[in-house]
Amino acid sequence: MRLKVETRLEVPWWMRVLALVGAVVVALALAGIMLWYGGLNPLVAYRRMFEVGFADTYSLSDTLVKATPLLLAGLGVAVAFRMRLWNIGAEGQLLIGAWASAGVALFWVTPDTPRWLALLLMMVAGFVAGAVWGYIPGILKAKLQVNEIISSLMLVYVAIRFNNYFIYGPWSAGGFGLTRTFPRNAWFPRLLDYADTVPVFRGMTVHMGILLGLVTAVLLYVLFKRSKWGYELKLIGDNPRAAQYAGINISRHIVLTMVISGGLAGLAGMSEMAGVVHRLQENFSPDYGFTAIIIAWLARLHPLAIILVAYLFGGLLVGGDAIQPSGIPLMIQGIIMFCVISADLLTRYRLRLIRIEVIEAEEVGS
Amino acid sequence: MDAALLILIVNIIGAGLRTGTPLLFATLGELITEKAGVLNLGVEGMMLVGALAGFATSFATGNPWLGVAAGMLAGGTLSLLHALVAVTLRGDQVVSGLALVFVGRGLTAVLGARYVQIREVPRLPTIELPFLYEIPIFGPALLGPLFGRQNIVLYIGLALVPLVWLFITRTRGGLHLRAVGEYPAAADAVGIPVAGLRYLYTFVGGLFAGLAGASLTLAITPLWIQDVTAGQGWIAVGLVIFAGWNPWRAMAGAYIFGALRRMPLDLQAVPWLPFASNPIQGIWLEMLPYLFTIVALMFISREAARKRLGAPAALGLPYIRGERGT
Repeated sequence: MRLKVETRLEVPWWMRVLALVGAVVVALALAGIMLWYGGLNPLVAYRRMFEVGFADTYSLSDTLVKATPLLLAGLGVAVAFRMRLWNIGAEGQLLIGAWASAGVALFWVTPDTPRWLALLLMMVAGFVAGAVWGYIPGILKAKLQVNEIISSLMLVYVAIRFNNYFIYGPWSAGGFGLTRTFPRNAWFPRLLDYADTVPVFRGMTVHMGILLGLVTAVLLYVLFKRSKWGYELKLIGDNPRAAQYAGINISRHIVLTMVISGGLAGLAGMSEMAGVVHRLQENFSPDYGFTAIIIAWLARLHPLAIILVAYLFGGLLVGGDAIQPSGIPLMIQGIIMFCVISADLLTRYRLRLIRIEVIEAEEVGS
Repeated sequence: MDAALLILIVNIIGAGLRTGTPLLFATLGELITEKAGVLNLGVEGMMLVGALAGFATSFATGNPWLGVAAGMLAGGTLSLLHALVAVTLRGDQVVSGLALVFVGRGLTAVLGARYVQIREVPRLPTIELPFLYEIPIFGPALLGPLFGRQNIVLYIGLALVPLVWLFITRTRGGLHLRAVGEYPAAADAVGIPVAGLRYLYTFVGGLFAGLAGASLTLAITPLWIQDVTAGQGWIAVGLVIFAGWNPWRAMAGAYIFGALRRMPLDLQAVPWLPFASNPIQGIWLEMLPYLFTIVALMFISREAARKRLGAPAALGLPYIRGERGT
């Protein structure tokens, strides 16, 4: 008897769903063991996380707030991954986007600036800055074949220090690691701003950024599905050689894709500035840009699926904030990713126990 | 030459040797793994579990060497997850390596929380070689300060480079290692166990990464904080490319980057540079190791792509018996 690995030609949809759910359950069980090992009761911890993240009155609003940057950055990552361009530096692009939009809010927006103009300028600044941060690994990959995984990731560490220079140096408020608060017209409208007319909105911090994310997701869905760009992106990702023979300029696509990918991550940073933090400060992002990678990948790079996964991971972050130590969401994300990869591959292959004679017969036959 | 400048330069080189040692371990490990045709981007994650396991074990047992063993084992164990996906399940090695980083970061964030406050941990010993100071001409100013009194991990690193080089280029085992990474089908045909060796050398890479982490928390920066590696695992992945899969160049690269990592501190102590009076300016210096990784890759990548400089031909490709390789 012997185990033989065979490729399945077609994976039925129910099997994929089953594998995904099974993988998440296994991941939560494994993470639970780790939590227990770390001195926590996993059942109590999970229950608390679920209550705070999903079941509480304000959890919908809180979770949407966390889901907003995850959604925008996740869409950015998905654009690049679509053509198998491994932009794993979304965190850096997000930070630089936040920096640029904070700069606009602090120095260009006056109390008289119309709100729409202030927010529009911040969006443009955030997108452009993120795009520049994505352009660097893109052009280096296109012109010099520099590995984009390394270069985009190195730029995350550069971006952290770049922001630190400003918040501890020229933009610092009193030498602390933060800037002064933006003027009110550089803030995204939030539901709680309308609590006077609609009392239910009291305490709900969900802001306009979520709309920005949803619109972007639908836009990308249409572009992926209907546009020439979307088609070429997928073609390059699936079969670069065929794409080249078809006359597609791959270098140009690499740069363009990295620019869009970085720009969307930059927009995520802008949304966090205008919607939540209202000033640039150290560590405002709990690794949104890295979580975005997992989200994009779990959603199979599908823009609409990213909305759902970003929401679930937003809840995970909100729930994770309610329990100590602080790294729990990070750990759960990592373990989920591993379990899903394995489950994914297990559905693609079929393990069959067969007799040795059969193998020999097959090998002779072929 | 100005005596102060000479001392500064020697200081920077010495710091480079120290700070570069964990990087050297990680780079050598990844180099071995990649030589076998497996791309493991999870070095950062393996270093982190090694760093924490080493620190925690040394703290609990009082024996830093047990810490090193635990750290290596932790890194090795994590690497087996990657081997499972990359070799047995033939999954995407990039995605699997990324997942390894997330697992390592998350796991150490949770399990390491209770060790963050601890400042006193039994450390690996420092070795004194006083005779180096007595060598004429070079002794007092150069060899003594550089090698006369350093942590033992530095000497282990120096010894490992020729050993790894000898193993890869001069032994039968090394020949098999290279065969599996260059042309797995041919290796398979002559009876070399491709999958087995790929598991083995992924594991070896994990051991090295774990050693890198443990040497960090038990010798170089002897304390545990979340994300103590600060991207060094990724720099190691970049250094393997920079080194053209050659252990000697990996050594040079690791020490240069070690020096760059430490330079902000060293340069802030120099009174006539702007960083001394304005520590905020020093933040720019902290970017150097990361920027230099990119710059180094810029110089090497084009050349490497043209000549396929040392890159194992089957790097990152799963091997399936009976299917045509590329």
